[in-house]
Amino acid sequence: MTFQMFLQQLINGVSLGSLYGLIAIGYTMVYGILRLINFAHGDVLMVGCYFAFYAILIFSLPWYFSFLIAIFLTAVLGIVIDRGAYLPVRKAPRISALITAIGVSFLLENLVLVIFGGRPKAFYRPPLFGKVIEWGDLHFLTLSLWIPFITLVSILLLLLVIYRTRAGMAMRAISRDMETVRLMGVDLNRITSITFALGSALAAAGGILWALKFPQIDPYMGIIPGLKAFVAAVLGGIGNVIGAALGGFLLGLLEIMLVALMPGLGGYKDAFAFLILIGILLFRPVGIMGEKLPD
Amino acid sequence: MKKVLIGTFIFFSVLIWAGWSFAAETIKLGGWLPMTGAVAAYGQDAWAGIQIAMQMKPNVLGKKVVVVVADTKSDKIEAANAMSRLIEKEKVIAVIGEMISGDTMAGGPIAEKAKIPVVSPTATNPLVTQGKKYVFRVCFIDPVQGDIAAKYAFHTLKAQKAALIVDKSQDYCVGLAKFFRDAFTKLGGKIVAETFCVTEDKDFSAQLSTIKPTHPDIIYAPNYYSPVALFTRQARELGVEALVLSGDGAQADELIQIGGKEVEGVAFTGHFNVKAATTKLAKDFITQFEKKYPNKEPNAFHALAADAYFVLLEAITRAKSTKGEAIRAALATTEKFEAISGKLSIGEDGNAVKPMVINVVKGGKFEYLTTINP
Repeated sequence: MTFQMFLQQLINGVSLGSLYGLIAIGYTMVYGILRLINFAHGDVLMVGCYFAFYAILIFSLPWYFSFLIAIFLTAVLGIVIDRGAYLPVRKAPRISALITAIGVSFLLENLVLVIFGGRPKAFYRPPLFGKVIEWGDLHFLTLSLWIPFITLVSILLLLLVIYRTRAGMAMRAISRDMETVRLMGVDLNRITSITFALGSALAAAGGILWALKFPQIDPYMGIIPGLKAFVAAVLGGIGNVIGAALGGFLLGLLEIMLVALMPGLGGYKDAFAFLILIGILLFRPVGIMGEKLPD
Repeated sequence: MKKVLIGTFIFFSVLIWAGWSFAAETIKLGGWLPMTGAVAAYGQDAWAGIQIAMQMKPNVLGKKVVVVVADTKSDKIEAANAMSRLIEKEKVIAVIGEMISGDTMAGGPIAEKAKIPVVSPTATNPLVTQGKKYVFRVCFIDPVQGDIAAKYAFHTLKAQKAALIVDKSQDYCVGLAKFFRDAFTKLGGKIVAETFCVTEDKDFSAQLSTIKPTHPDIIYAPNYYSPVALFTRQARELGVEALVLSGDGAQADELIQIGGKEVEGVAFTGHFNVKAATTKLAKDFITQFEKKYPNKEPNAFHALAADAYFVLLEAITRAKSTKGEAIRAALATTEKFEAISGKLSIGEDGNAVKPMVINVVKGGKFEYLTTINP
């Protein structure tokens, strides 16, 4: 591999990795606060893309406006899912919540399938993201610069919410001891709603960037990013926001380098990602940045 | 109140009676199609094609034909389940489908065991019908397709160096890539890079960056419409200018919708093009299609699914029976049937012998280049 090619693959990897990272931070935040593995995260991401798609198509809104609306609507969807599906099983054993999450995932996929049909739709890519930058022999889209930037901004905003607001303080407290927080007079349902709204908004942002990078949306598009984000979150230490971003970054980079260094193994990229998951669970279950959980 | 009750009672009795007598007068076929999932466009287009074919020829043996659709979700396991459901629950007498090779291979043995004839519109891998008595197809097979693609690349496009991208999880892609590789190297061409992916992959940047420094003249991407669109788009973004050559799987509207102007110039071997249609059946079909969908042109999947329907009905007519064995025997002796996609005969192994077309994407449409006769 020449240095040129290495640089090109590095750019490819950073772009893919930070996208995984962005999707993973929403995943990990919900887990960190509520101890719920939200398997529907990928599907919320998919619904977010459909919102953006139809906002542009039907209401002919400018793209930036429709993306904002899509993020907002997805946040609302997150609250609805929490109230409708997770609230009734809040006190049930953790496994019930997990199964509910899988149910929500199937519900969303099939709902979109019935309403919008199974054929993939082409997603509009605004020129701002679609310009090709040529730098010697290196080629990349402006989008490849936007993705790491948006991921970074999202992390900073999220950390600001968690560590600098009252709601954030309540979130951190809930992650330690839900019952005591309730006794302190904190409205638990309000805080979980905020958590889900934030997580879903992040999913929508990640989804829209995903759809900009791979301009095609279909009802099952959320499964793979959802699984990759899950691997990234576990790799980074589930519950840890910076860890998830780092995990996503590493996963994307490793996947690209695997194909680059061993082209013959290109068909086993996903298998490789899950091999990492198994390895982490076996040898370092708390992940890269994770701390030991009390229980 | 009483009147209403009696009225309702009569209404439902009539409905049940009508439904029962209706059922007795019909011939039930299975539409074993990928309506959702990775290749949903094939199933949806095929179903649209079959519906038009049903309008054109609604009866066989004096009975009305009904096609029950079972969704295979573009998945091998679901395809096998759908086949069992069609045979055991719906009691169909014959099946049209599946559209892709891997899925057809998954359900084929079930139909074989139940002695229910299956006619696949577009599953092109040779293994689909090999050693099976009840599985047929109305399309050419991949050794022929790979060979013609290689000749087209070498002689017409004057390509010396080719790169490959192969979806390892699809029998179709693995097979077609192999046949192309063999034919192309035999002609004297060179395969300079061989890269792999799987069906769910959307990111091909690593594969393309590996291909780029080998400077191929063409990239052979024997894949389905959506990966071909994403792959070609990413190729242009990464500064890979080589012409992309593909197979019959490329011909869905989504290739152009998703690929945008980047897929201009993508050429592929295929089953059908409106401009190459010559038979009377084709002309009738195109007229009916354009009446129903004024802004669309029928593609290979519309046409071949309808062909599968017509070939099957013609076999049932000749068999004068709805028994699996009889239909099978009639299907196997299909000779010079004037189908939508050209004159076809069912040859060895239940494979069709018929012409092939080469299409190219030009001005946002599938343009016809040439026809190659068997």
